[in-house]
Formats: sequence, C-alpha cells, structure tokens
Amino acid sequence: MGPQSNAHRSGSLKGRGGTAVSSLITMDDLSNDDILDVLDAAERLLPVAKGQTHLPLLQGKILGNLFFEPSTRTRMSFETAMKRLGGEVVNLGAVASSSVVKGETLYDTIRMVDGYADIIALRHPRQGAAQYAADAAEVPIANGGDGAGHHPTQTMLDLFTIKQAHGTLEGLRVVLAGDLRYGRTVHSLAHALVRFNCELVFASPSSLRMPTEIIADLEGHGATIIESDDLVNHIDDADVIYMTRIQKERFPDEDEYRKVAGSFTLSAANLDSAKEGMIVMHPLPRVDEITPDVDKTRHARYFEQAFNGVVTRMALLCRMLGIEVPSNIGGEA
Amino acid sequence: MSAPETAMRRVTAINNGTVIDHVPAGKALVVLKMLGLDGNMATPVSMVMNVPSQKIGGKDIIKVEDRELTQNELDRLALIAPQASVAIIRAYQVAEKRVINLGEEVVNVVHCTYANCATLGDREPLPHRMKVVSVDPLNLRCHYCARPQDIDELVANLL
Ligand SMILES: [Zn+2]
Repeated sequence: MGPQSNAHRSGSLKGRGGTAVSSLITMDDLSNDDILDVLDAAERLLPVAKGQTHLPLLQGKILGNLFFEPSTRTRMSFETAMKRLGGEVVNLGAVASSSVVKGETLYDTIRMVDGYADIIALRHPRQGAAQYAADAAEVPIANGGDGAGHHPTQTMLDLFTIKQAHGTLEGLRVVLAGDLRYGRTVHSLAHALVRFNCELVFASPSSLRMPTEIIADLEGHGATIIESDDLVNHIDDADVIYMTRIQKERFPDEDEYRKVAGSFTLSAANLDSAKEGMIVMHPLPRVDEITPDVDKTRHARYFEQAFNGVVTRMALLCRMLGIEVPSNIGGEA
Repeated sequence: MSAPETAMRRVTAINNGTVIDHVPAGKALVVLKMLGLDGNMATPVSMVMNVPSQKIGGKDIIKVEDRELTQNELDRLALIAPQASVAIIRAYQVAEKRVINLGEEVVNVVHCTYANCATLGDREPLPHRMKVVSVDPLNLRCHYCARPQDIDELVANLL
C-alpha cells in the first residue's frame, strides 16, 4: 500500500480518482518546476541507473506493468527503472490480454490489478485510457502511451537528454524533422519545449506537416515556429535535431516514398558546420533516416536517449510514489 | 367548446407542467429528442415554432404538460439552447423559474464522439464527463481523451 492509498477510499464510482496528484497522465500534470525537479533527480540517480551505486529507494514497492499492446522498450525501461531502485515488478500483460479476450471492462481490470501493485504503468490502444484508469484506481497510474493521446514518460526522457547536453531547456533552437503529422512523440515534445521558450523548426514533407491545430495551439502559447519542407538548411543553427521515422505506408508508392524520405535523412557530411554542442536525437527504432556514420560523431545522442528512459522513469517512479530522491547520492554507496 | 378552441388553449396555457421559451428557432424538435420527449410520450407536448422574438430573433416554445423537468434534464438543454428560459407551471401559474447552467462539467448527458475514446462501449461504468471549455461559443472536451467535441455530433450521442 502506498502512502497515498488511504486518503482516497470512497465507495462510489464517481469521485474516485483521488490519485490524480501522483498519477502521470499528460505533461500538464507537471509544472515547469516539477519537470526540472524530476530532471534533477534523474541526474542524481545516474550512478544508480548504471549500477555503480546501490540505492534501494523503492524496496518493498511493486510496479504492475499493464500493457494492452506491445511496447517492449517502454515496458522494459519501466521494469529496469523499478529494479534498479530495489523494487519489484509484476508483469500484468497476461491479465491485459485475457481481459480483452473475455470482454472485461477496463474498469474491472484496473480495479482488480489495483490490489496487486503500488503503482501501475499502463499502455493501452485507446485514447484517454490512462485518465480512465487513474479515475478507477487507488494507486497511481503512469501513462506509458494511450492511443494517439499522451506518452509523458517519453517526453520526459527527451527533455532529460536535451537538458543533459545543454545544461538548460530555456531558449534552445530545436528542429523536429520527419513525420510530424502522425508522431505523438513530437507533438508532446513540441508542447513541452514551448513551455521553456524554445524556438521550434518543423521540417517535414508537405504531406506530413505538423497538424495546423497543434501549430495554432503552440503559437497561442507565444511560440516562435518556423515551418519548412527542407531539413538541411536548418542544421547549422540548431541546438537539437530531433529526427523521426517516415513510414513507407504513408505514401502511395515506393518511388514517392524514396524521394521524400531521402531528403529527410541525416549523414555525417550534413553535420560538418553544425554547432559544436548540437545533438541529434531519435526515439528509435531508426531505419534509414540517420546513416550509421553519424553514430561516431559528437552529435549523436540517440543511444544515450534510449538509456535515459531508465533514469528518467526512476525519478518519475519515486515522485509518483512519494519517495524523495536524496540530494547527495554519491556519498551513500 | 369546439375542438379547435381546445387545441388552441393547449398551446397557449397549461395547467401543470413546464414551459421552455427562447429555444433557438427550429431547434424545438432537437430539444424534445434531448429530453427524451420525442418517442411514445405519455404526456402531451405542444410546440410553437418560429415565433418572432426580440431577445433571440426567432424562437421556438415548448410546453410539456403534467411533468416538471428536473434540473439534470434542463442542464441538457444548455447544449443547444443555452439562452432558453424555463418556467414550471402549477395551476396555470408560474411556480418557479429555472436557470439553465452548464457548470464546469457535463456529466452523463452525452458520450464522447471520438471513435477511439477509452469510454467507448456501453459497459464501462465510469461517468461520461465533458469539460466545459467555453460556453459561448460552446466548446466541450472529453475528460478522458481530451478531444474537442463537435456539438452537432454530440447531440446525436445523448445518453
Ligand atoms: Zn473521449
């Protein structure tokens, strides 16, 4: 039982969801200060994440991984994060698939597994499932992706990677490139970056542009946005280039795909006059959009980014479970 | 009293029931549907459509006999007739005036219009919740999936 469990018991369906404070459903659940606090805690937890320091902050706690659709990376990253902090993990994937087969409601599934774990990481194909689960559950829900909705732990690890490289999130020039139309990741990241006054460049093929309602929303928050159908011209001014995969299925034929995808590819040669500290990010898996010769440049940051998923989720799990991350970890090993 | 005179009186005055005035012209039928009064109603309902109105240009008026609509039913009205005025009639007199008020959230009135919303399917037990983002123009968002709702589509999704 987490410390937050007792206060929220109320027998009725309506009015449950008292875990809203500690659940993480969207990035709106975190203020800018909260974000920076979590990123600082993640920074301090790095030696723990790397196995250099033993710090069982979450000993005795159980994470339930409730994945209604496969996402190996997200699931394993939650699992590793929990275990690095001395916690236990129950894989509820079988519960999820059997509940779907038996036609159980999401509500009943959540009420049942609520008793198995102190915190639940949920991935679900339907949008709004995480909020629904948070309203049904006593324990906090960590949204690991809900349909076309939100995936805040991904956004947090992206922000961590950026802050780690630049020391700040404020006022950076960030190029988001590739498929900006369908990518939940870039939508959510763009919203977060605007909160820190970043300048955004949206570089995409015209058929995969950032949705106009998202641009309108970002500009409504005072964002400076440049849209372009060209990536190469925006490399030299960038502090961050965030690449995404352009999927073949989005195009009517192979030729059209090759033509378009080819102009949204980064190679080491493209980076010759990039800023010294510029970083190249990618949520992975990549296909051809970043050539392997980029891996050896000082700009490549996508593998660290993937690792950062663990340390960021460690900090988020602590926060959601109400466990303080000590300010001086090195000395406690 | 001849038959046409009786019919006329039914439109002009009712003994007991509810009068909904200032419904936007042409929307009376939708309002009846929203209030569940379009089917095999046991109670007489009369309607006047396209009456000139100083307040809203043209208006419809609905009179429901022998039934006092609840506040919850009246709140549904706000979705399409936010300016409507509602009077409860007892013994031919206005006994009460009710205020239409959407509040901050519309609960269990409509279900979400987004086809991939988590609330999809009629077996999920948590309440259907629409957050009122703005009243004029009416702008609602699903509490769960956060999708903005098209009001015309929403009216077809009444619970
Ligand atoms: Zn919805």
